[in-house]
Amino acid sequence: MTTLLATERIKLFTTRSPWWSAFLALGLTIGFAALVGLNHSGGPLLVEHSQFGTQFGLMVVSVMAALAITTEYRFATIRATFQAVPKRTSVLVAKTAVVAILAAVIGEVAAFGSWLTAYAIDGGPEMAITTGADWRMVAGVGLVFAVTAVIAVAVGTLVRQSAGAISILLIWPLLVENLVVLIPGVGANIHDWMPFTVASRFLNGAEPIAPMGPWASLAYFTGVAAVLLVAALAVANKRDA
Amino acid sequence: MSVLNAERIKLLSTRSPWWCALLAVALPVGLTALIASQAQIDPGDNGGSVQVTQMLASLGRAVVMVMAALSVTSEYRFGTIRSTFQAVPHRTTALLAKTVVTAIPAMLIGAVVGFGSWAVFRAINSFPALALDSAEDWRAVAGQIVVYGITAVLALGVGILIRQTAGAVAVLLVYALLVEGLVGLIPKIGDDIQHWLPFFAADRFLGVQAGPPIDDLPLGPWGYLAYFAAVAAVVLTAGILSAQRRDA
Amino acid sequence: MIEATGLTKHYGRTVAVDNLSFTVSEGKVTGFLGPNGAGKSTTMRMILGLDRPTSGDVRIDGQHYRDLHQPLRTVGALLDAKWVHPNRSARAHLRWLAAASKLPRSRVDEVLDLVGLGGVADKNAGGFSLGMSQRLGIAAALLGDPKVLLFDEPVNGLDPEGILWIRKFMHRLAAEGRTVFVSSHLLSEMAQTAQDLVVIGRGKLIHQGTVDEFIAHATESTVLVRSPELEKLGEHLLGAGAGISDDGDALRVSGMDSAAIGELAAAKQITLHELSPQVGSLEQAFIQLTGDSVEYRTAEAAQRAGQEERA
Repeated sequence: MTTLLATERIKLFTTRSPWWSAFLALGLTIGFAALVGLNHSGGPLLVEHSQFGTQFGLMVVSVMAALAITTEYRFATIRATFQAVPKRTSVLVAKTAVVAILAAVIGEVAAFGSWLTAYAIDGGPEMAITTGADWRMVAGVGLVFAVTAVIAVAVGTLVRQSAGAISILLIWPLLVENLVVLIPGVGANIHDWMPFTVASRFLNGAEPIAPMGPWASLAYFTGVAAVLLVAALAVANKRDA
Repeated sequence: MSVLNAERIKLLSTRSPWWCALLAVALPVGLTALIASQAQIDPGDNGGSVQVTQMLASLGRAVVMVMAALSVTSEYRFGTIRSTFQAVPHRTTALLAKTVVTAIPAMLIGAVVGFGSWAVFRAINSFPALALDSAEDWRAVAGQIVVYGITAVLALGVGILIRQTAGAVAVLLVYALLVEGLVGLIPKIGDDIQHWLPFFAADRFLGVQAGPPIDDLPLGPWGYLAYFAAVAAVVLTAGILSAQRRDA
Repeated sequence: MIEATGLTKHYGRTVAVDNLSFTVSEGKVTGFLGPNGAGKSTTMRMILGLDRPTSGDVRIDGQHYRDLHQPLRTVGALLDAKWVHPNRSARAHLRWLAAASKLPRSRVDEVLDLVGLGGVADKNAGGFSLGMSQRLGIAAALLGDPKVLLFDEPVNGLDPEGILWIRKFMHRLAAEGRTVFVSSHLLSEMAQTAQDLVVIGRGKLIHQGTVDEFIAHATESTVLVRSPELEKLGEHLLGAGAGISDDGDALRVSGMDSAAIGELAAAKQITLHELSPQVGSLEQAFIQLTGDSVEYRTAEAAQRAGQEERA
């Protein structure tokens, strides 16, 4: 497995896309924190204010993770990959791991970078990271990024096509999960079980009415990712490359 | 005219526009049907409104955005843009033809989504308030036609500028679905910026999404529509100018 | 050794490969010949475990490709030179392939020099010409120093210099004792490269054997003779057991070579105006054998075939 991890690491970092993604994710997230910090008024700046922009980073990382696999299909390097390592499950798990680790790193840097930036601009004692909830809100970002990357690789493997995968990965969390609420009656219940909604409850704390606590929320989000990944692996093993 | 015809053949002879069109119609109309079937508004209080039937049109709009961007980025992807410019060396003409041919199906999709969602809702749940009996009602439903068309033009312009499927789709969706909303979170200046963002403008014209009362905003519904169209025109012009300058 | 037994692949209703069985023996160049669309690439993809056979089986030294440990050390292949990420450098492309097979980094530079890409190793593969891409593909195939090599239409689109280079390379690889399986739709190319042939058309096996066998089997050589005393010569030729047929003002002789005909004429004091061996062209032989199996042919060819059928 270490061999495969090394292979996928070389593959990822010898193209420009992870660098661009990291740059964009950090720039947008931290830049947004700076904007919020600079314009803040009325009451002290809080930890949560510094994290308003993390969704930018999340979406960029999601796109990057999907591209890590869809570009392999687009340029047919997936065939070279499966030729070098015919055990498709191992290859794809290694790829997912490498992408998820990178996503986690980007997430942590983005979250702490945002917090530091906001703190440097207009920090006070209220901005200290003290409680468990504070830590989850900042340090937890990396975990959510990593799990999102797993979902993105899985969707990318299933769809095999950049435009389709990216559309699904952006329209789903940004639009569909919110539109579900509009369904009278059951809508709110469905919304409670939507993966990205649940993930945000891990970060921002669950409202009392939510079905799960923060850590259970993360577990559920991870479970969704695992199911998608297993489905993707099964399909990739069955399909012609 | 031959240029238009060529673009029409190009658009309709590949599968992805058909898929996009199908999704752009099926997703919002289907979900609207679901909402209508669950809706239990007391008929006595004259509940519901035409606007309720249009809540999911933004879903179709996102798909149309992808479709419009793909219509040009896939030409760059497969190198057919060179054949296009070889056949019609006047690039402005070629790209304007493509714009027309992308905007018309988008408007058709907008018409089907707008009237389709309204009709489906009404067929399932016929409240008197669902009649199209005011200018606002007509704007919310028939307005989808114009908004979908302009959205396609805007997306096409972005596609020409970025030339790359993944990049164009990501920029368009992240911008429309995330950036415009997040801007509102910036303290003090956020609202003022938001009032001048294109999709916010489109939504004010339609009057479907909840938002600040129109009287507190710098433009009225028709002013906002004109503004939305102007932004799309600027982006398209920028795209065409850059396409003229760049090597195909 | 590569062994295919009853290999079949359907894509929807299209049958790409139909019950194909053949063997590729060790230490030789085996040509895989067939018109475009005959199923050569599909067969190669199935050998490499990329596509799953609908039925049948193909093994390399008795093993399925998927069960090979670090397969690049056993089988190297170049199926399509464009299967590279355009924004990745040639060296990086080989580096990840090497990493996947636990090959040392130095091996990357070795193969780059071997194919003559050492100078452009850090350039992005997207900017490579077809010839350079082909060299990169061959470098990737050679990376694990494999015993078995697969090449799919390696000379397609190359300039004469590139074709010559590839041809020499194949010979060298076979001379080193490797098994080389190379596909082409050009018989003349195969005649110069391969010792054995597997010929397919429309996914079916047409012939397997040596190149010489194939040519002998597919072509009948005749000698064209022109003489003022054609009638007399004809009688003597028939008497000597040759077959003759009229060809305008000449005779087409079969079953006797030009030397024997010349000697016979000299012995009988018959003047000859022309004595020319007619070797049936390889391409013609190929078309004869695979003619019915061509998937896509020109309207003209189809029309001609239709007329022949009616006649």
